Amino acid sequence: MSTLLIGIYVFALAVFVGFEIITKIPPTLHTPLMSGANAVSGITIVGALSCAVTLEISTANLLGLAAIVFATVNVVGGFMVTDRMLKMFKSKK
Amino acid sequence: MNTVVALIYLLSSIMFILGLKMLTRVKTARRGNMLSSSAMLLAVLATLLDLGEVNYTFIIAGLAIGGAIGALMAIRVQMTEMPEMVALFNGFGGGASALVASSFMFERAFGKEGSLVELLALDTTITLFISILIGAVTLSGSLVAFGKLKGLVSGQPILFPGNNLVNLVLVASILFMVLYLILFATNPNQILLISMMVIAFSGFLGVLLVTPIGGADMPVVISLLNSYSGLAAAATGFVLANNMLIICGALVGASGLILTQIMCKAMNRSLANVLFGGFGVEDTASSGPGKDEAYHSVKSCGAEEAAMIFESARDIIIVPGYGLAVAQAQHVTKELADLLIANGGNVRYAIHPVAGRMPGHMNVLLAESNVPHEQLFDLDHINDDFQNADIALILGANDVVNPAATKDPNSPIAGMPVLKVWDAKTVFVVKRSLSPGFAAIPNDLFNYENNMMLFGDAKKILTELVHELKEITD
Repeated sequence: MSTLLIGIYVFALAVFVGFEIITKIPPTLHTPLMSGANAVSGITIVGALSCAVTLEISTANLLGLAAIVFATVNVVGGFMVTDRMLKMFKSKK
Repeated sequence: MNTVVALIYLLSSIMFILGLKMLTRVKTARRGNMLSSSAMLLAVLATLLDLGEVNYTFIIAGLAIGGAIGALMAIRVQMTEMPEMVALFNGFGGGASALVASSFMFERAFGKEGSLVELLALDTTITLFISILIGAVTLSGSLVAFGKLKGLVSGQPILFPGNNLVNLVLVASILFMVLYLILFATNPNQILLISMMVIAFSGFLGVLLVTPIGGADMPVVISLLNSYSGLAAAATGFVLANNMLIICGALVGASGLILTQIMCKAMNRSLANVLFGGFGVEDTASSGPGKDEAYHSVKSCGAEEAAMIFESARDIIIVPGYGLAVAQAQHVTKELADLLIANGGNVRYAIHPVAGRMPGHMNVLLAESNVPHEQLFDLDHINDDFQNADIALILGANDVVNPAATKDPNSPIAGMPVLKVWDAKTVFVVKRSLSPGFAAIPNDLFNYENNMMLFGDAKKILTELVHELKEITD
């Protein structure tokens, strides 16, 4: 099976997992879910890291550097702000 | 990719799935988020390990700059500004994915002889442009959404004649250019030029997709852009043949899509209607009843008079809306609720799914002011209780409490689920003026016999109310 086909299998199954997990989310958690999920989409950082691995000032490297910065803002900011929000959700004592 | 790294990626993927699952319950949510962030750290470390002996200067610089900006933003952002922040981060995520794809293309293909398909293979070329298209649309669309939420761009829908036609032409041109790159282009300069045009057109498309969407439809847009940012990551995963990226991207894509669906349902509108409708554009211009005709028997009162009614109320339901966020009135709302509870009252909050500017916006604000989440009820669970309530207190909400949705079949919002606040014995609406909400429809509730307007900024009015109530109860 080609890499592309495997990728399509993985994608389709993961979409179903996503639907199954998230369907029953209570409205209270919509905002943290969104910012948390958003941080997860920063996983593209893994791709970004291999885009700037020399010191050469080339277009590819500069785009890679920008990608690392964007993705890191997304990951660090996203997880931190989600934690900040979730810390506030308290139950009645 | 070596086997150890591939297995670590698998472990990370599982941790992401479990983390997301834990994020769907209040009790486990915080641990879930920590699990997801550990998964991310693990994935990054494994990747760095996999890179081996390379120059880390750019990587370290990028991580340091991005980490510092992200941390600073996360610490400094106000809870009321959460929609802006999420909009911006959606854009960054999508942008990063598009940048990775572009960088990959420059590295592998540019300046070399031959067509992209010869240099990159057909499937990689296609997924690469999908990644660039979705990523660029997400970035530019999110920036416009951010501008609208921040008030830098008008929150009103901006729809010029033929807007949808232009969008269609843009999509068609992008498809045509990509097709041309795949089938015919072999000259390096030509490939470069056309690729740049694809990026530019995609960015422009993102702008035109979001400008026609009005402020109150932002919950839908942000959810959708959230979904896009995931799909962009998944597309990048296809380019790099990295299954972890595909899995994470698919999860986020699905989660954003579910939220989009929930938001659309809460407004009784289809996604197509939100995206292409330019809702409220014609309504503002059309004749309709003027402000004076629409509001013929509006009663208003001051804090002192209101306080007396509050003092004797036993069952109070508070309905927060975007006005609460604008006025930063969440803390004083809690102060008022505490006073009412101390006075023997039962206080609950009714949260409409599209109250505020993003899904769950009100819940976060009330959580910030320490309201226990057990006091928060969604539409379905509280709507029948208004008839037993002594007071419905509406704080900066308008369209979500408009009786026209249930009583006037010709209203533009007919059929939209609304909170039946008018069933309460007394309704107080805290609002700055009689100006209509986003839907530009007059709210007949303000004419109702049992409705009282408290004109002014929510924070100021509530502060006065708390003051008066203290005077009476002490």
